Amino acid sequence: MSTIFLRILPPAMVVRRPHRMIERHVVAYRRQWLIIVSGFFEPLLYLLSMRAGLGSLVGTVTVAGKAVPYDAFVAPALMASSAMNGAIFDSTGNVMHRLKYARIYDAALATPMGPGDVAVGEISWALIRGQMYAISFLGVMAALGLVDTWWSLLALPACALIGLTFASIGFVCTTYMRGWADLEIVTTATMPLFLFSATFFPTSSYGSWAWVVQLSPLYHGVALVRAANAGVWTASVVGHVAVLVGLSAVALVVAARRVDSLLRK
Amino acid sequence: MPEPLIVAHQLVKRFGDFTAVDGIDVQVQPGEVFGFLGPNGAGKSSTMRMIGCVSPVTSGSLRLFGLDPATHGAKIRARIGVVPQLDTLDTELSVQENLWLYGRFFDLPRAEAKRRAVELLEFAQLSDRADSVVDNLSGGMKRRLSIARSLINNPELLLLDEPTTGLDPQARHVLWDRLYRLKQEGVTQVLTTHYMDEAEQLCDRLVVMDHGRIVAEGSPRSLIEQWSTREVLELRFPAGTNDTNAAQLAGIGERQELLPDRVLVYAHDGEAALVEAHARGLQPESALVRRASLEDVFLLLTGRSLAD
Amino acid sequence: MAQHSTTPARSASPAGTLATYRRLWKMNLLSSLVQPLLYLLGLGVGVGSLVDRNTGSGAVLGTSSYVAFVVPGLLVTTAMGLGAGESMWPVMGGLKWQRGYHGIAATPLDARDIVLGHATWIAIRCAIAASAVAIVLALFPDTRSWGLAPSVLVAMLVGVSFAMPIMALSIGAERDGMFPAIQRFVVIPLFLFGGAFYPLSQLPVGVQWVAKIAPLWHGVVVARGFTTGQVDWPGVAGHLGYVALWVVAGTAIATRRMRGKLYT
Repeated sequence: MSTIFLRILPPAMVVRRPHRMIERHVVAYRRQWLIIVSGFFEPLLYLLSMRAGLGSLVGTVTVAGKAVPYDAFVAPALMASSAMNGAIFDSTGNVMHRLKYARIYDAALATPMGPGDVAVGEISWALIRGQMYAISFLGVMAALGLVDTWWSLLALPACALIGLTFASIGFVCTTYMRGWADLEIVTTATMPLFLFSATFFPTSSYGSWAWVVQLSPLYHGVALVRAANAGVWTASVVGHVAVLVGLSAVALVVAARRVDSLLRK
Repeated sequence: MPEPLIVAHQLVKRFGDFTAVDGIDVQVQPGEVFGFLGPNGAGKSSTMRMIGCVSPVTSGSLRLFGLDPATHGAKIRARIGVVPQLDTLDTELSVQENLWLYGRFFDLPRAEAKRRAVELLEFAQLSDRADSVVDNLSGGMKRRLSIARSLINNPELLLLDEPTTGLDPQARHVLWDRLYRLKQEGVTQVLTTHYMDEAEQLCDRLVVMDHGRIVAEGSPRSLIEQWSTREVLELRFPAGTNDTNAAQLAGIGERQELLPDRVLVYAHDGEAALVEAHARGLQPESALVRRASLEDVFLLLTGRSLAD
Repeated sequence: MAQHSTTPARSASPAGTLATYRRLWKMNLLSSLVQPLLYLLGLGVGVGSLVDRNTGSGAVLGTSSYVAFVVPGLLVTTAMGLGAGESMWPVMGGLKWQRGYHGIAATPLDARDIVLGHATWIAIRCAIAASAVAIVLALFPDTRSWGLAPSVLVAMLVGVSFAMPIMALSIGAERDGMFPAIQRFVVIPLFLFGGAFYPLSQLPVGVQWVAKIAPLWHGVVVARGFTTGQVDWPGVAGHLGYVALWVVAGTAIATRRMRGKLYT
């Protein structure tokens, strides 16, 4: 009975030891904590730069009929974007290095670890790292007086969902990459998402092109974090969550298949 | 006779149109050191990956410990150790971390994994490099670390894919010594190599592979006896005159082999063959009589030299 | 630059992440063109619409629009990023990984020739990248100006002014661990706080002074003078002279260090 079951189930779907991969990363990054810590500064620098430099130039932005200061408008979007950037960075560059150059996964698969453990472990690690950044960024926002409702804590699960979506998509992209040159395509592709997901200016600025913004997965993430930060919930939140969950689910299934065919030739 | 540890029957591996392994039959007994010998592209590594349960079998059957890799891959992998052809050491970890974290992949408790790591560092003569970064190790040290890592789970079966390729002679001898000690401890070993001396040193039994098929099987000694004369006379002639000189050797010894840089004469008495050649007025630039080796067996069986 | 793609991680412990960074700096012509234009569209036009509506620009920015303010900043920061990137991993690669410099050192060429050769290469790359951006900018009436031409040269000079001191550091460095730190703690902060996206006067005085130490702001100010047609020639001389100081000092130290590495 169990034998038949094992035959039908693709090996990538068997997930028993993803935490072993995470344990490996924790040990490896103990020596590289500076890199982990420095990853926090980039969104922070953006926030401070926007706040100090553009805050008085822009004045207030009108969102849902309410005028908010520019830094309060940008901060949740930067939080969402950094969740995306962190997840993409981890699941493309770092995974590619481990997959193709360091061949760490080859080593892992010679043990009872399976491709499913590798994929789930890597994506979980990207999520854990992303949550650390999200928590500290939320702390900074609070310190700067940009948080005024407990609903803001829900920005953390929202960032986890953004992280899951982009880590899964990034992982799939990585399995198709031929070399480092392809990595740049991904970095270049995330940049328009970063700039045009109602991150730095509201959808109203786009006029009749506003619908295009909806195509960006990050836009839905930004909308979620902004809703949490404002504590204002509308029915559209369900739609945003559905988009991200749907994308993650598809990407995860593809990721599991791809990693199996790549590693178990 | 005990139950064989590995049983492969009509094992086939295809990648698209290309058949890497073309129906081989192999049995490996517990405690044995078994070798796959062959040039690059003969199908050795594909066979090893199937045995290592990281490459699905295309057709035929394969059992390890009586289990089927298709259904019990993880269970089998828990009992074997693998030294891959190219080191897959974790360059972001120290030497010691490479060992114990790998043990964690086998679900060893952390304390146990760390204890084993210390023992294996000793075994691999790397104790003084425990905290080194892997990148700073020499090729020989990395190879020893790979072997140490493959032993972290106390495997019953060790798979070594070209364990000494690219190492200097001294590093190879150190490695051979470690493998011999493992054999004495009863660890079954399956290795691939394209070095004849390595196969002769290490293997109890081996198969010669070419184009995905097994072309001969036996102990190193029996293969030489079966397929070659006792001695070989190697003659070197001035550049460009190999053909004409080889023609004049006809009838000396049992067989001649014309290589790009020299002519081999297979004879039971090499010295006598040389005397005969001189008697025919041939004046080689150099002449060498040596015992026949697996290299000669391989040359005969495949028409290629192993170094290719 | 394809040679880098075949280099396995050979640096010390943080190899994985560093190997990643090592590639991420690499901006080929496409992305060094696409990225500034995306910023122009996203920040220049998008945020610009907010700024122009609010302040009417002229008073604080001294330009007709926010976009006009940002354009020279994008040209110069593009060159900065390229100059910094080209003087990190490729230099370490030449000394450590591919060891091409050692090959050159066996010829009659001197350390100075190697340093100046690499500097020329970086200058050309910066000029090409800045020109490509300038050409695209010239297509639109809002951003078209004759000042783009001299601004490309200013951008090139700024690119080299970052490249040379960083090259001096790279030659001396044992590991590439500090390169991401330079990116994160020098290049990106200057991109954000170096006067490219808003006047330095918006920032606290202390931050202004720090930003003025680096050559970026000086280059941005000069380029902005050209693109807006408000050229203050003595100011141009002063700013460019300061930028040139970075080039000269960086080149001198880089040459001395290169000599020490190759010919001892």
